[in-house]
Amino acid sequence: MSWVFANVEQIWELTLTHIGLSIPPIVLGFLLSVPLGWVAHRYAVSRSILLTVSGLLYTIPSLSLFLVLPAILGTTQLDPVNVIVAMTIYAIALMVRSAADGFGSVEPSVRQSATAIGYSEWGRFWAVELPLAGPVLVAGMRVVSASTVSLISVGSLIGVSSLGYLFIDGLNRQFTVEILTGIVATIIIAVIFDLALVGLGRLLMPWTRSSAKAQRRRAAARVEVAA
Amino acid sequence: MSLFADAFAWLFDAANWAGPNGIPIRTLEHLLYTLVTLVAAGVVGVTLGLYIGHTGKLRGAAVIVTGSLRALPTLGLLFLFALWLGIGLTPVIIVLAILAVPPLLAGTYSGIEAIERSTVDAARAMGMTEWQILAKVEIPLAMPLIVSGLRSAALQVIATATIAAYLPLGGLGRFVFDNLSLRRWDAVIGGAIVVTVLALIVDGLFALLERSVVSRGVRAARSRDGSAAQPARKSVAADAA
Repeated sequence: MSWVFANVEQIWELTLTHIGLSIPPIVLGFLLSVPLGWVAHRYAVSRSILLTVSGLLYTIPSLSLFLVLPAILGTTQLDPVNVIVAMTIYAIALMVRSAADGFGSVEPSVRQSATAIGYSEWGRFWAVELPLAGPVLVAGMRVVSASTVSLISVGSLIGVSSLGYLFIDGLNRQFTVEILTGIVATIIIAVIFDLALVGLGRLLMPWTRSSAKAQRRRAAARVEVAA
Repeated sequence: MSLFADAFAWLFDAANWAGPNGIPIRTLEHLLYTLVTLVAAGVVGVTLGLYIGHTGKLRGAAVIVTGSLRALPTLGLLFLFALWLGIGLTPVIIVLAILAVPPLLAGTYSGIEAIERSTVDAARAMGMTEWQILAKVEIPLAMPLIVSGLRSAALQVIATATIAAYLPLGGLGRFVFDNLSLRRWDAVIGGAIVVTVLALIVDGLFALLERSVVSRGVRAARSRDGSAAQPARKSVAADAA
């Protein structure tokens, strides 16, 4: 523990770097996946193409992607942009399917009713489909956020600093506490991001909040009846 | 783009295809690590998944464990076990197996959960014992999702086994880490390309396997209806990813 206190400043700095590398891919992944997911949901042809491509992208091992991207982007090998672009690609690969599933979860009758009361396709997307797909989108983003936060550390192997630095330094110095510190810090970031996503979901979709409460009440009632 | 040209020149250089540090031997090592891990993780993950799916017990715990394992940084876990158990194959296999269990577990129990309750009830009403229900009804019907869990697990293991070379062990990651500090980008990128191609091939093989393990009865019903839905497919994809 004394090591942790002695190195608080460095740990904090690495934590901030880690967060700084995690947020852009999560946000970009969401912004790009929602329209792609909608297109995938809307047309059968685009669905099979987009889902196949995103499945293949997710297959690429992260270390390979970090290494190959500079050759494609023309960046230097140590540029953090490589890690951000790679993580954005993974975020999209995971999220397009969730977004397509989310839009697919909207009842066709609801969509038809919206059209019947005069919504244009554009207006219907914002006022009806996007909010109703919300819970599935949040569930998808929670997966994206957790895997992004944990994968960022792999970038340290190629010299892009993050909490992963503690893993490499800890291994070289045969120092378990340092590695454990890195693991705990990564998990704390992941948990905070997860809580933030859940909170954001409740804030933006108040109706899911009440239905969750109602579900709990119903479940509680069932338990009482069973007892 | 010349980086790619160099990488392909490296890939097609016969010198890199021979000997103990050649692409074929390294690929075999990589596949061997993957296979051992999948067998170990399969014994744990599928057995637990069958238990959870069949009895419905521990489901909540399984969801929480699979969810929180995702947030564990693989790299840290790998190095931690390497320090605890000493550099060698054992810590690597343990960590890779920890990664591979959640998708296998999720695939297995959600595969069983996706089966119509009435089908299982009918099997029970016909006088099948619980073991017969498991072996003759639930496992065959859940097979496509179990294989899909195996597929996610295999991909994750192939990707992570690359990192194990840092420790240092064999496998395709050797090309990356042996040449990274020397700044020999042709070999680094060439190695990265080989891992990617391996992952894509394995993914394709599992996709074929997933299709071929659909139970005979289900396949007959599906070809009659034209398109029977696969209800649980997407939930597992999200779970397992």
